[in-house]
Amino acid sequence: MYKAKVNVTLRPSILDPKGKAAHHALQNLGLNDVQQVRIGKFIELDVNADSKEAATKVVESACAQLLANEVMEDYEISFED
Amino acid sequence: MATFGVIVFPGSNCDHDAYHAMKHIMNSKVKFLWHKDTDLSGIDFLIVPGGFSYGDYLRSGAIARFSPIMQEVVKFAEKGGPVLGICNGFQILLEAGLIPGAMMHNQDLRFVCKNVFIRCETTDSLFTNTLTKGQVFDIPVSHGEGNYHINESGLKSLQDQDQILFRYSDTDGNLTDESNFNGSIDHIAGITNDGRNVLGMMPHPERAMEKLLGSDDGKIIFDSILNSLSVA
Repeated sequence: MYKAKVNVTLRPSILDPKGKAAHHALQNLGLNDVQQVRIGKFIELDVNADSKEAATKVVESACAQLLANEVMEDYEISFED
Repeated sequence: MATFGVIVFPGSNCDHDAYHAMKHIMNSKVKFLWHKDTDLSGIDFLIVPGGFSYGDYLRSGAIARFSPIMQEVVKFAEKGGPVLGICNGFQILLEAGLIPGAMMHNQDLRFVCKNVFIRCETTDSLFTNTLTKGQVFDIPVSHGEGNYHINESGLKSLQDQDQILFRYSDTDGNLTDESNFNGSIDHIAGITNDGRNVLGMMPHPERAMEKLLGSDDGKIIFDSILNSLSVA
């Protein structure tokens, strides 16, 4: 069993209104050192596979077909050791 | 007489509005199609209605597009069958890849529920062929994720191929910043695919069918559709 961690983020070229709103709120808290906020999604998957390569393939397919919308989102996959 | 099919997903909430609009206002044949159905025989025109299919989990429309019926909808559309996706229906058609682009949260993060004005941009489609270019319609919107996005080359292709059918405007048809309330790129309110048989639009024509309820401008769009189907 492999535990995959997927980070889905809006592409850099895409405005992130949620991130902007959170950034505003942080400024109101006085945390003026925060320069930018981007909000994404974190997804964990438990994958049954014989090897890490096989598990990566499964997770990549899951990301490309469903978990991320590549029109506006990027994804990063990592595994818990 | 053409038969309309209205698809019902768990979480659809404009399915009955669409049914009522077609059956009682447009006097057409219409039937509901459950999302687990796979038989579209006898259906001439498909409506993918608004709502919150699957609770908008993950992204609006992302789960619904894998419903059994959506595979048939894709086949129907690829064969040239006419499909209208309204609001969440538009989002589902985007996720299914029948129309290019994606929806983001409205620029001010608010769910907007009000009547807005949209301008007809082209009469070169079965959905708009009895309309007038530049004609302005008073149609309600009701969405939180209607901020249409597409990359630069995609937008250029939509413009060049005359695929933008409706833009948000003011009451006189001017494309003002205020009229583009959700932040959509190029004021886009409704677009068609390159085969011109699929229309996705965020505004709800099926909720603008009776003057008593505010506006009956939606009828004009359905009149165009019925006209196209009777000629076809």
